[in-house]
Amino acid sequence: MATPLVEMRDISIAFGGIKAVDHVTVDLYPGEVVGLLGHNGAGKSTLIKCLSGAYQMDSGQILIDGRPATITNPRDARKYNIETIYQTLALADNLDAASNLFLGRELTTPLGFLDDARMEAETRKIMKRLNPNFQRFSTPVASLSGGQRQSVAIARAVYFNARILIMDEPTAALGVAETRMVAELIQELKRQGIGIFLIDHDIHTVMELCDRASVMKNGKLVGTIRVRDVTEDDLLSMIILGKTPEALTDGA
Amino acid sequence: MTDASSVHAAPEQQRRTLLQTLELDTRLLGMIGAFLVISLAFHLMTDGRFLTPRNIFNLTIQTVSVAIMATGMVFVIVTRHIDLSVGSLLATASAVMAMMQTQVVPNWLGLGLGHPLVPWLSIAVGLLAGAAIGAFHGWLVGYLTIPAFIVTLGGLLVWRNVAWYLTNGQTIGPLDPTFQKFGGINGTLGATGSWVLGLVAVATALWALWQARQRKQAHGFPVKPVWAEITIGGLVTVAILGFVAILNAYEIPARKLARMFEARGEVMPEGFAAAYGVPISVLLLLAVAVVMTLIARRTRLGRYIFATGGNPDAAALSGINTRLLTVKVFALMGFLCALSAVVASARLANHSNDIGTLDELRVIAAAVIGGTALSGGLGTIHGAILGALIMQSLQSGMAMVGVDAPLQNIVVGVVLVLAVLIDIIYRRRTGEN
Repeated sequence: MATPLVEMRDISIAFGGIKAVDHVTVDLYPGEVVGLLGHNGAGKSTLIKCLSGAYQMDSGQILIDGRPATITNPRDARKYNIETIYQTLALADNLDAASNLFLGRELTTPLGFLDDARMEAETRKIMKRLNPNFQRFSTPVASLSGGQRQSVAIARAVYFNARILIMDEPTAALGVAETRMVAELIQELKRQGIGIFLIDHDIHTVMELCDRASVMKNGKLVGTIRVRDVTEDDLLSMIILGKTPEALTDGA
Repeated sequence: MTDASSVHAAPEQQRRTLLQTLELDTRLLGMIGAFLVISLAFHLMTDGRFLTPRNIFNLTIQTVSVAIMATGMVFVIVTRHIDLSVGSLLATASAVMAMMQTQVVPNWLGLGLGHPLVPWLSIAVGLLAGAAIGAFHGWLVGYLTIPAFIVTLGGLLVWRNVAWYLTNGQTIGPLDPTFQKFGGINGTLGATGSWVLGLVAVATALWALWQARQRKQAHGFPVKPVWAEITIGGLVTVAILGFVAILNAYEIPARKLARMFEARGEVMPEGFAAAYGVPISVLLLLAVAVVMTLIARRTRLGRYIFATGGNPDAAALSGINTRLLTVKVFALMGFLCALSAVVASARLANHSNDIGTLDELRVIAAAVIGGTALSGGLGTIHGAILGALIMQSLQSGMAMVGVDAPLQNIVVGVVLVLAVLIDIIYRRRTGEN
C-alpha cells in the first residue's frame, strides 16, 4: 500500500503520573476518514493534540508522508498543513469572523499593516461556499449561533488548504440540517484527497462517514478495524469491553 | 448552517437609525455626553470659570501624564492582566532621568550642565529603563506564570523605593530647560504652530476616512451614504479646529510676555499679544493616541493582544506566542510610564520623591471608565484617554468649587464604581458580553 499521510507510532503522554495516552499507534491515508472512538477520558483528544501541536508527546514518533516530523507547537503543525477543528472551536469571541479565520496568519498590506478588507473579502468567498446563509461578517463571533460559530471554525480549517484535517466532535453542538452539511463537507474533502481524523461519540456518524475506526480505552489502543467489516454492535463492544472481536484482524 | 438571525437581517437594515447610519460608537458618545454634563455643571457652579480657555488649557496638561499611561493599561487589561506598579515605575524613570540630567551626563560624562545633549540622553535612558523594567515584569508574568497582580504589587513597593535610593530621597531640580518644555506651559507651539498642527490633523483625519471608504469600495462592501461621510468629516474638522481655537484663545499674561522680551534684551511692542497654543505635552499625548490606536487596530500585535484577551487558549492554538506577547505588552506599559515621567517631572520642573503616587489607581480607573473590561478582550485607546479626562475634570472641578478634600476622593471612588455599573448595564442591553 502507498505511504500513509500520517503515522503516529507508539505515542505516549502522561500528566502527573496518569498515562493519558499509552503506546498508541494510528495512521491515516490520503482521502481517508479515520474515526477515533472511545469513552470520555479514553485519550482520543489528547492523542490528537500531539498531532495538532497543542501537547508535546513524551515518547513516540510522528511521520508525515513517511518522513519524521517535529511538531512542538501549533505553528509547526500548520507548516505540515495540519488543520484542527477543536471541540471548543477555539474562537476568540470578541473578534469578528474574518479576524478569527485568519488568526495567526493575517493578511497584511505592503507596509505590514493588517489588511482587514481583503481578509473580509476572502472570508465572504469561503463562507459563500460553506454556509451561504452566513451574513454577519462584522459582528463579534460571540453573538453568532452555534452553527454559525461552527462554520467559522470549519472555514478556518478548510481555507488554508489543509492536507490533514482533525475534527474533534464537529457536530456535537449542531442541529440535524447542520450536521448534514458537515457530513457532506467531509465527503467533499475526502474526494479532494484530504486525510481526516474524526473524533465522534455518535456510532451512526462513524459508521456512515469513516473508512476505518481506531478505538481507545484508558489511554490504550483497543484496535483498528475497517468500518465496512463490522457492525455497530462490534464497535460498541470494542468501546465498552475494550476487546476486538476475534473474527476481525487488524484493518490496517 | 442556517440561522434565524440571518433571516431577519434584511428588515433590520431598513430600520436603521441616524446613529447607525453614521456608524458612531454609542459608548463613546455616552462618555462625551457625560463629560459635557460634568463640565457644564462645574461651569455653572463656578460662575463660569470652568469652561474658560485658561482652565481647559490647564485641564489638558493635567490629564496628559495619566492619559499616556492609561493607553498602555488598556492593552494590559485587555490581555487579562493588571499593572499596579505604574506610579512607582514612573517615579523610578523620573529619578533615573533626573540623575542623568544633574549627575551622570554633566559630571560623570563631563559634558557639563546645560549641554544640548543632556535632555535627550536623559530621556533616552529613562525610556529604556522603563521599557526594560516593564519587560522584566512581563517575563515574570508570562514565562514564570506569577500572577500580574502579585508581580506588580511587588513592583509597586520595589520601584517606589528604588527611586528613593537613586536620589537619596531628595528633590532633584531644577531640571534642564529643554527637558522642561515637555511639561506643559513651558513648552507650547504658539498660535501659528497650533493652527498648522490643527490643519495637518484635519487633513490626515479626512484622508484616513477617504482611504477607509476606498478600501471598502474596492472589495464591494457596503459603504455609508456620502452625506454620512461628510457629516462625520465635518464633525471631526470642527472638533479639531475648535480645540485649537480654544487653546489659542488663552493668551500669555502681559507681565510674563514683558519679562520674556526683557530676557532677550528687547522691549515689548505696544499692544503685543501672544497665545500659548497647543502644549508639546498634549502633542505627545496625541502622538501616543494615534500610534496606540494604529497598533490596536491595524497591526498583528494589536490583533493578538485582543485575541488573547478574548480567548487565551484559542490564541495559543492559533500559534500565537502568548508568553512573548505578555512581555511585549508590559514592556510597552513600562515605556509609556517613562514617557509619562518625562511629562510629569517636566511639569513640576523637578523630580520629587512622591511623584506618581497613587497614579496606578488613576490610570486603572481611567481605562475602566473608558470602557476597558477587566474580564479582558474589550477596550479602546480613545475611551481610556476620555476616561482620564473625565477623572481629571471631576477632580479639578471639585477643587475649584471648593469641595472638601476627603469628599473629593469619595466622589471619585463612587463615580468609578458607577461608571462600571453603567457599562455593565449598557453591555447587557446591547447584547455584548
